[in-house]
Amino acid sequence: MSIDNSVVKKIANLSKINLSEKESENLKHELNKILDWVDDLKKVDTKMVEPMLSVFNENMKMRDDKVELTNTDEILSNAPDKKENFFVVPKVIE
Amino acid sequence: MSYFIRGHESKWEVVLGLEVHAQINSLSKLFSPSSTGYGAEPNSQVNLIDAGMPGALPVINQECVKQAVITGLGLNAKINLKSIFDRKNYFYPDLPQGYQISQFENPIVGSGHLIIEAEEGTKKIGITRLHLEQDAGKSIHDQDFENSFIDLNRSGCALMEIVSEPDLRSPSEVSLYIKKLRSILRYLGSCDGNMEKGNLRVDVNVSVRRFDAELGTRCEIKNINSIKFIQQAIEYEARRQVKLIESGKIVEQQTRLFDSQKGETRAMRSKEESHDYRYFPDPDLPPLILEKKMIEDLKLQLPELPDKKKIRFIETYGIKKYDAEILVSEKEVAEYFEKLVSDRDPKMVVTWLTGELFSYLNKKNLDNPQSAISVEKFGELLDLINDGTLSNRLAKELFVEFIESNMSASELVKKKGMVQISDENEIINMIETVLDQNQKMLEEYRSGKEKLFGFFVGQIMKISNGKANPQMVNTLLTKRLKK
Repeated sequence: MSIDNSVVKKIANLSKINLSEKESENLKHELNKILDWVDDLKKVDTKMVEPMLSVFNENMKMRDDKVELTNTDEILSNAPDKKENFFVVPKVIE
Repeated sequence: MSYFIRGHESKWEVVLGLEVHAQINSLSKLFSPSSTGYGAEPNSQVNLIDAGMPGALPVINQECVKQAVITGLGLNAKINLKSIFDRKNYFYPDLPQGYQISQFENPIVGSGHLIIEAEEGTKKIGITRLHLEQDAGKSIHDQDFENSFIDLNRSGCALMEIVSEPDLRSPSEVSLYIKKLRSILRYLGSCDGNMEKGNLRVDVNVSVRRFDAELGTRCEIKNINSIKFIQQAIEYEARRQVKLIESGKIVEQQTRLFDSQKGETRAMRSKEESHDYRYFPDPDLPPLILEKKMIEDLKLQLPELPDKKKIRFIETYGIKKYDAEILVSEKEVAEYFEKLVSDRDPKMVVTWLTGELFSYLNKKNLDNPQSAISVEKFGELLDLINDGTLSNRLAKELFVEFIESNMSASELVKKKGMVQISDENEIINMIETVLDQNQKMLEEYRSGKEKLFGFFVGQIMKISNGKANPQMVNTLLTKRLKK
């Protein structure tokens, strides 16, 4: 599998980042290198191996259903813009 | 064949599948300890995880896992002992993490089913899966021209996404499915099922095909907040698709929204912009492993669900299937009925409960009969009707006043002088008076005009001010006229 400029553009667009031509070109090479490596991995025979669903060997830790209070001012303190305890963002509507 | 869309060329079958998002009834969120309370001040229930702060790590809420398992069991579904959480990536201001933690390939609950009573009879609707995921925050677009406002209180609340097989064939089947699912969720206590508050949200997949043909391309209609609108949306969307196909065009796979004011569906996003979510396992979360014993224990604790309760009601109380269906659909109604019926005539209880009381509840927009009138108070009224103190007719007339007063049934009867006349001699006297005043009619009756029986009954009821016991009037008048 290989990645061309249009795929890089698409991924950048989905990730909402702007790339210069040069960055785009670099990323294309890096991504292709990674995919080549994955192709190498695919050559290993895994017929007898159970698929690994996660890199963790332990079970997920759970917590009790208890409420901890939060602080509105604190949560809004990093907001570039706020109004009446709302975050304010440029108009987004589909 | 029941429901179909009639096109120019042929009849079209409508194929429907549902994705229901049900908010889990928990105190705190799926991966964070902030409160899930409804209607709080904006951004007052948001911690570092819900706000997507770098480095904040999710820890799963045990209660949410339990509720998902219980719901799976209630839907006759396979519980997966091992499930995985994935990141579903997309950008939107009310999703501060930049991804939603969800489950993709390995959900906590696998295939199951529920039963609906469709027009053609009992129908089994397949459930594909149920998975756990985070809710997003809320965006408000109509407060300002240039900006949107974001409230993250809902961000991170636990949702169960319940996906059905494309087994539904009409808007009314969809309505039955949603009502049944909602009823089961409420019996289990895992979700309030309140569509207005948004804790039950429905997306519908609609496609059409000629009968017995292969499945057509589907469109998804998102987030419709009432059963009525869902039915309208399906009808509109199915007709739109039939029109397209019959005029030689193709149905594009799209996400659409329903405009309830115009009664039409519109494309939300075009295909080029269609989302590519780039799912991958969330590296912050190990697999969720469940113990068999936990599932067995929860199975034992399951309450009696509506289908089983319905069968028991029919067998125990000898009531009609139709009535039983109504009584069991709301857990509170079923409980109320059982308390009320304990030492009373089931037929009478059903008639009064589903008749007078339900129409009152509808008028007042109430769900729970207990919130309108206590079992004890209602029961006393039924007992007074039953022993003949109060007539059915008078009881109906007084019903609303009775519910809204602080008086007991016997107090009200006394105050209103409404006690039914069940004294034999008194009724005989009335009969004689009426016959005396209507000699001519009596002769006509005797010469064969038997229709006049009703006239005499009417006159007797009139002079008794409606208080004479109608059954006794009938019996005694028949006896008197035979003389």
